[in-house]
Amino acid sequence: MRKWLWAIGMVLGLSALAQTGKLEIFSWWAGDEGPALEALIRLYKQRYPNVEVINATVTGGAGVNAKAVLKTRMLGGDPPDSFQVHAGMELIGTWVVADRMEDLTGLFRQEGWLQAFPKGLIDLISYKGGIWSVPVNIHRSNVMWYIPAKLREWGVNPPRTWAEFLSTCETLKRKGLQAPLALGENWTQQHLWESVALALLGADGWNNLWNGKLKFTDPKAVAVWETFGKVLDCANKDAAGLSWQQAVDRVVQGQAAFNIMGDWAAGYMATTLKLRPGTDFAWAPSPGTSGIFMMLSDSFGLPKGAKNRQNTLNWLRLVGSKEGQDTFNPLKGSIAARLDSDPAKYNAYGQSAMKDWKSNRIVGSLVHGAVAPESFMSQFGTVMEIFLQSKNPQAAANAAQAIANQVGLGR
Amino acid sequence: MRDRITALLVLLPSLVAVGIFVYGFIGQNLWVSFTDWGKNPAQALALRPELQFVGLENYRELFTGFVETRFRQSVINLVFFTLFFMAGSLGLGLLLAVALDQGPRGEGFFRTVFLFPMALSFVVTGTIWRWLLQPQGGVNVLPTLLGLPPLAFPWLTTREQVLVFDWNRLPLYTAWVVGLVLLYVAWRAHREGEKRRRFWALLSGGVLLLWALTVGSRVHLLPYPEPHGFSLALVGVILAAVWQMSGYTMALYLAGLRGIPVEVLEAAKVDGASPWQTYRHVILPLLAPITLSAMIVLGHIALKIFDLIFAMAGLDYAPTDVPAIYMYLLAFRGNQFAKGAAIGILLLLLVAGVVIPYLASQLRKEVRR
Repeated sequence: MRKWLWAIGMVLGLSALAQTGKLEIFSWWAGDEGPALEALIRLYKQRYPNVEVINATVTGGAGVNAKAVLKTRMLGGDPPDSFQVHAGMELIGTWVVADRMEDLTGLFRQEGWLQAFPKGLIDLISYKGGIWSVPVNIHRSNVMWYIPAKLREWGVNPPRTWAEFLSTCETLKRKGLQAPLALGENWTQQHLWESVALALLGADGWNNLWNGKLKFTDPKAVAVWETFGKVLDCANKDAAGLSWQQAVDRVVQGQAAFNIMGDWAAGYMATTLKLRPGTDFAWAPSPGTSGIFMMLSDSFGLPKGAKNRQNTLNWLRLVGSKEGQDTFNPLKGSIAARLDSDPAKYNAYGQSAMKDWKSNRIVGSLVHGAVAPESFMSQFGTVMEIFLQSKNPQAAANAAQAIANQVGLGR
Repeated sequence: MRDRITALLVLLPSLVAVGIFVYGFIGQNLWVSFTDWGKNPAQALALRPELQFVGLENYRELFTGFVETRFRQSVINLVFFTLFFMAGSLGLGLLLAVALDQGPRGEGFFRTVFLFPMALSFVVTGTIWRWLLQPQGGVNVLPTLLGLPPLAFPWLTTREQVLVFDWNRLPLYTAWVVGLVLLYVAWRAHREGEKRRRFWALLSGGVLLLWALTVGSRVHLLPYPEPHGFSLALVGVILAAVWQMSGYTMALYLAGLRGIPVEVLEAAKVDGASPWQTYRHVILPLLAPITLSAMIVLGHIALKIFDLIFAMAGLDYAPTDVPAIYMYLLAFRGNQFAKGAAIGILLLLLVAGVVIPYLASQLRKEVRR
């Protein structure tokens, strides 16, 4: 009898402890990315064993499904304690302007993160005097992938400008390669566009596009679409039916010479396809963008009205710490946002990206949420469709400017 | 009297629930579609968004706004999809039913086989057909079985369009088509001696055609031409949808065929009708009510189609876009809630346009009984 009472007491006591200590983390990291998140959660459990961590994952690449679920939860007044979001305008333009997030500047000061993270990154996650999320990783968007052995076979070098790219493309076409550039579905086409735009506008021009100083209808910005159209002529015609992995496969199998994709492609080739970075496959900044690191970053923020605020702050501390980032990123195939992370934990590609991260000029990616709010990004897909259908640079530029005006880009 | 009160009490909860959760929410959605929710990002997801009444602005923008060209293509896609999907399902279903009605050996087996796709969800159908329509596999390699070269048709990825027309001409074409249909109705009414119907059909048809002949050709929705047409990437989607639903129409038609009294068929035979004439003049007219029911069911499925295209081509590919998908993109990715609500209302009107006349005619029949 006494044993029973004791057992019941234990259960009640434990559950009471658990009641006071919960933490719900909302993300879209499942599948290949799941283990990285789990490792981070394990680390959290080591530090705070009494906190019950709820891993609320909604699957779907780039968070397409998760973001819709998050919106219904937030609108319904049930915010998760912390949610994954692309650092930059995707968070700011949606949630910060709507006054739904807490300012984390205090946390950044306390933890010394203002020095730990590069300034270009801090700028991207700042808005109206506040800092709004803690970046856990960095991916690079402007990378060109190729297979060195194949290029030797064809007798071409990785092009360093888009003009060079186009002439290389002609050479390859003459050698019977129908589509020298491998391309996938709609968003990867936008991904290619941002690499072209960055090359033609330069880092300053690119930034000006997003703060409203450079109009999409400016001749310089219209020229981006012209070049983009020529680059598309080098790509496969069935792009819309391919995932980004299938586009990478084309390069690996020698059906195409180049692919412009973020550096998750390195993770795919190294981990899934078991290719050695640097020898079996190689990379270069996308043409015309050497010295510029176009970044995107997954980050976590603190929504107003989070039920377990203290636990969430502890979580954010872990996410931004050296230990947290070096646990998470080697598994995720990204690099740490901090400047002081340990290169020995990363593979050849990761080490090269870390070097660039410390030395390059940092700008944000459009497609992956750093520089434009969701309301612009989602309609940019329509601009892309207008261009692909009409092949008219001016029409696409006009549409992009109309949307920019409509959503008040740069205001 | 007590019975009535009991009946009312029993019905009351569901009446209230339906009133709030169906009609109340439709009303709320209608209200949202008249506001500017989402235009200002600072208000889009605020705790208590301040909404401004903008009237029909969202609708105006969808049909004539500069950036909503994708919505307009999605409407055109929906119209073509609905037409070909209904025609395909009805035609193939009728053919299968007639074939099975001859009583071939293993009829039960074939019936199950043809009806089986209907048991799948559109997501499964979409996944299967997505594989079958791969550029370098599935349907495209079929000819190689006969020693022919493989097809190279990019089923779901082509950007080619046929029957291309200028969006600015849409009101004109609509006026012509509706006007001519009304004239036909008037002619029918004339032959049936229904004077009132003849008058109204003649009047409204005449007005429409007059408008088309005078002002209509000068109406411009947009300040520039905007070509839209039947997007060939939809052919694959239509194939999959017909594959899924033709078994259903087959089952309906088969039941109808079996329900035709033998005496009628024998009478036709005695009168010397050939099999073809029997079908043309006896069987098909008797099947007309079934065709109507099937059209209603297929029609509202077509208008609400979302999952099949989601599974086959994804959300982002404009050539296979339909309004339901675009509504999802606008509202849940772009935070343009008011515009999304407007598309929702337009879809509701379209579906209502299909279903309400049917319900009304059914109701009238029941009253007559």
